[in-house]
Amino acid sequence: MSTDAPLMKEPDANANPPVDGSELIRLEQVTKRFGDNTVLDHLDFSVNAGKHVTLIGPSGSGKTTILRLLMTLTKPDEGTITVDGQQLFPAPEKQVREVRKKIGMVFQQFNLFPNMTALRNITEAPVTVLGMSKGEAEERARDLLDLVGLADKADARPSQLSGGQQQRVAIARALAMRPQVLLLDEVTSALDPELVAGVLDVLRNIARTTDITMLCVTHEMNFARDISDQVLMFDSGRVIESGAPEKIFSEPEHDRTREFLSAVL
Amino acid sequence: MKWDWDAVSDFMPHFWDGLLVTLQALALGSLISFALGLVWALLMRTPSRWVRWPVGVVTEFVRNTPLLVQLFFLFYVLPEWGVTLSALATGVIGIGLHYSTYTMQVYRAGIEAVPPGQWEAATALNLPVARTWRVVILPQAIRRVVPALGNYVIAMLKDTPMLMAITVLEMLGQARLYSQEHFQFTEPLTVIGVAFILISYLASLLLRALERRLVH
Repeated sequence: MSTDAPLMKEPDANANPPVDGSELIRLEQVTKRFGDNTVLDHLDFSVNAGKHVTLIGPSGSGKTTILRLLMTLTKPDEGTITVDGQQLFPAPEKQVREVRKKIGMVFQQFNLFPNMTALRNITEAPVTVLGMSKGEAEERARDLLDLVGLADKADARPSQLSGGQQQRVAIARALAMRPQVLLLDEVTSALDPELVAGVLDVLRNIARTTDITMLCVTHEMNFARDISDQVLMFDSGRVIESGAPEKIFSEPEHDRTREFLSAVL
Repeated sequence: MKWDWDAVSDFMPHFWDGLLVTLQALALGSLISFALGLVWALLMRTPSRWVRWPVGVVTEFVRNTPLLVQLFFLFYVLPEWGVTLSALATGVIGIGLHYSTYTMQVYRAGIEAVPPGQWEAATALNLPVARTWRVVILPQAIRRVVPALGNYVIAMLKDTPMLMAITVLEMLGQARLYSQEHFQFTEPLTVIGVAFILISYLASLLLRALERRLVH
């Protein structure tokens, strides 16, 4: 794990990463409905560069929807989304592709490409999208596999890996695109309990050693407490409480937050 | 009725000619149906209904009219429009086109069976749509549908005798020709019957081997 720090600090292809602390993500008056169900209701929400923000709250409260909106997997019905000063929604497809380069995502179900080796899963997008040479992409991919503790699994297919290993490859795959923002969508929820710690350790390490901005939906409250600069409590598509993890977890102000935390802790 | 081995050996040179034509028709017909079926399946997924609608109508029409009628149409009507092809080429196109309207449904099922998470991962990695199809979706979809496609190859084999109707001398054509010249029906028809069984069986073995390889 000695290679991780220089690996992640290398110059970013996207140029001019925002200075730590400035606003990187902004959602303004974002509304998202699924049929009659309003999941997000005129939400205003922003994240500063380099911060690690955790979204907590009951299921159906709109946390995952925010990540999916940022990854452009779904579109809002109203509102605007801006990332690093460039509009992501509404925006023409070409601009969406540009802005999306700044964002990476790790999914609950890993979503590795089963027809490719672990290495190829990681190199495919850097080669195709960033135009990196195959040799360079593979070298970086091996470094990333090392970072997630899977240096010996480069040639393994996803079906030959455990859930935890697959998820760590998925993390490496997302990092290979050098995103400014990493979206983590309940990344340990589909894992057997004994595999959760390994994945969380990798993420803790990344949170500690890189300046990547993290937006995290999780039910792992200890993990949230460890890595977060800020915790947002969601309920019914609105942020009902936010603050430093010590504050939210130790002395929540809102009744709903107290109820939720006593149910999950 | 007597079994005449001399008639069998007498027929064999014709049989080999017919076998070659049958296998050619099967191989080329399969290739066309695999390729064209994929084209139909992809066209049916374009956002524009001005593409989907005509493709839907044409393929529905081809699927629901008899292959024999289509073969006659291609063979006797196309030349009137100035398109003249050999009988075998016409037959291969006819059978390939006909079966492409079945394989397109096989592909469709295979494509729909690829989990949405694969599309989402490709979006998250910013892969272009064409690239996503080529390296993520289709390899997974096609792997799933190989058994079903193989079944259509065997069905196609059993339809190759229809080419006889447009003067292609495949196995049945050769057997019929021989029978009519020599008034011996039992031997040539038996020989080609056995040949059909053997080809089907070999094809299914090949298919199973391919399936086993694709599982991993």
